[in-house]
Amino acid sequence: MSAYMRIGRTLRRTAVQALPTMLGIVVLNFFLLKLAPGDAADVMAAEAGSATVETMAALRERFGLDNPIFVQLANYLNNLAHFSLGFSPRYGMPVADLIGQRLPGTLTLMVAALAAAIAIGLILGSLMATFAGRLPDRLISIVSLLFYSIPGFWIGLMLILLFSVKLGWLPSGGDSTIGSRLTGLPALLDRARYMVLPAISLALFYLAIYARLTRAAMLEVKSQDFVRTARAKGVSPLMLTTRHVLRNALIPITTMAGMHFGGMLGGAVVVETVYSWPGLGRLAFEAVMARDFSVLLGILLLSSLLVIIANAAVDLLQAWLDPRIGANR
Amino acid sequence: MKAQELKIYADTARDFSAEEPETAARVSPLPERRWTHIHAPDARTTAVSAPRWQGRRRELRIFLSNPNALFGIAVLAAIVFAALLAPILYPGDPLEMVARPFLWPGQNPAYPLGTDSMGRDVLAGILHGAQISLTVGIAATLLGLGAGVTVGALAGYFGGVVDDLLVKLIEIFQTMPSFVLLVVLVAIAQPTTTTVTVAIALVSWPTVARLTRAEFRGIKEKDYVLAARSLGFGHARIIFREILPNALPPLIVTSSVMVASAILMESALSFMGLGDPNRVSWGSMIGAGRDVIRTAWYLTALPGLAIVFTVLSLNLIGDGLNDALNPRFSEERR
Repeated sequence: MSAYMRIGRTLRRTAVQALPTMLGIVVLNFFLLKLAPGDAADVMAAEAGSATVETMAALRERFGLDNPIFVQLANYLNNLAHFSLGFSPRYGMPVADLIGQRLPGTLTLMVAALAAAIAIGLILGSLMATFAGRLPDRLISIVSLLFYSIPGFWIGLMLILLFSVKLGWLPSGGDSTIGSRLTGLPALLDRARYMVLPAISLALFYLAIYARLTRAAMLEVKSQDFVRTARAKGVSPLMLTTRHVLRNALIPITTMAGMHFGGMLGGAVVVETVYSWPGLGRLAFEAVMARDFSVLLGILLLSSLLVIIANAAVDLLQAWLDPRIGANR
Repeated sequence: MKAQELKIYADTARDFSAEEPETAARVSPLPERRWTHIHAPDARTTAVSAPRWQGRRRELRIFLSNPNALFGIAVLAAIVFAALLAPILYPGDPLEMVARPFLWPGQNPAYPLGTDSMGRDVLAGILHGAQISLTVGIAATLLGLGAGVTVGALAGYFGGVVDDLLVKLIEIFQTMPSFVLLVVLVAIAQPTTTTVTVAIALVSWPTVARLTRAEFRGIKEKDYVLAARSLGFGHARIIFREILPNALPPLIVTSSVMVASAILMESALSFMGLGDPNRVSWGSMIGAGRDVIRTAWYLTALPGLAIVFTVLSLNLIGDGLNDALNPRFSEERR
């Protein structure tokens, strides 16, 4: 079976699985929105400062809030089908636009953190597997367990304390120097400087997971016959580790990385609060403070969609990497 | 290296499990999806056919001979002790002003860890915070375990349409980023200790459900379950008396990691100001200390260290349990 057929098959299977999930999430979202104290009319009345019972009724009628709940659900689904997530009274703009503004910030941060976590995790994990049971293995495994136990927001604050307050090397918050007119490479470097600390705070937890996962997967692969054969053929140890062992160990790691996308989004919420990073997480925090539920639920919905897309991407990647996946389903 | 070569010829699971300490605890969210096709089947089958459960004494011995796990237990015991001692040592409200603000640790022997910007005793706050963290962590884990085991057992045992529907439900909850969902739930329900606990349980049950379902699917095909069925036992008896006890080891390992992550989630929530405003918690102490991090960094550092030690001890215990009970050498858990 060709690679394209495998990928096509996986794509179809993913779509069939993802659609009902998405629908379920939307419906759940709708009922959460209904559970939230106060509806849109209350919010608008509060913004206006005064409203009579009649105006409230008129507002409810205008927004369709007096309809039976299933009609409201149908309207909600209809709005979603037109990519409308509602209106945020606090920001005075549609929720979809608001999220669209903040999404790139979060995605950049997440990609940077994920890349750092996977790269460093792979290196540490390979080291641990190579020295399994000896001193380097023990040391790194203690360090990784420590990383795994540290809350991201706290290590973020500690990094700010060390690198911004005490040493003054790196900025403590924001995503670029305010009012700077840099362009091109200097602007990129400026942004990178702002990204170092948040990305590290977010990456440490996942770095620990990938290090341990790499170690386990590599030890598992190492005990297999083809590795023994390769060694018997005289393949050099470095080649053996990189080409034969690590490559096969990569499959469980890509699976986990895809599954961590959602968790990382959640982690980004907290880390962005610490670093006042203008992203989805910070928006979520502001929405919580303002009790702006339509924004909150929009973020939940969109981030779920992102998770589904990330999972599909991992499935596709694996179908491409490994001929056995996708062919037998 | 030596141990790895020996591994293939080893005929008991325990001998080489001791060589691979930390592995599966971190990987537990979706155990049935990992390493489905990259292990040597023969070696595993022999490993599994070795006698597995001859009473729990053996597992206990392995667990107690693990220095890391013992260290974890000691630290956790100290924290539990501190939490129990809090109402005796500091009977007053820890949110009350007791001394001059911004006393550094060691400055005044009456307040060994100093006071914060409102003159509140930091040590009293940390001890009372231990209560909140442990209560929320344990209660949320128990709730999540209860819900997850129920759903997972029903799905795994009955299969068919029930399984399809419940798996879809699990998938829906697992797709939504759990911390975002947690924030939404707590924001909607208004933060109190109870709502925070229930919300954490709501986002953590799917992991347990998946694990339980995988266990049940494997175990229900076993001969002793068939025997129980042919003896005419009811579904409830087969689920609770025959299958569940045998599905417990991986659940025990997961539960200690769940307590750790529940504590982390609780602290992150209260750091963001979504904790119970009337109770002092480690997260809210960090949140308050954050504003004065330039002048009084100990206010941020100390409660954070408390979190790190608690979570670390739970993770060490989880690793030790994992080594002792080692659920990962079972072939039929798919």
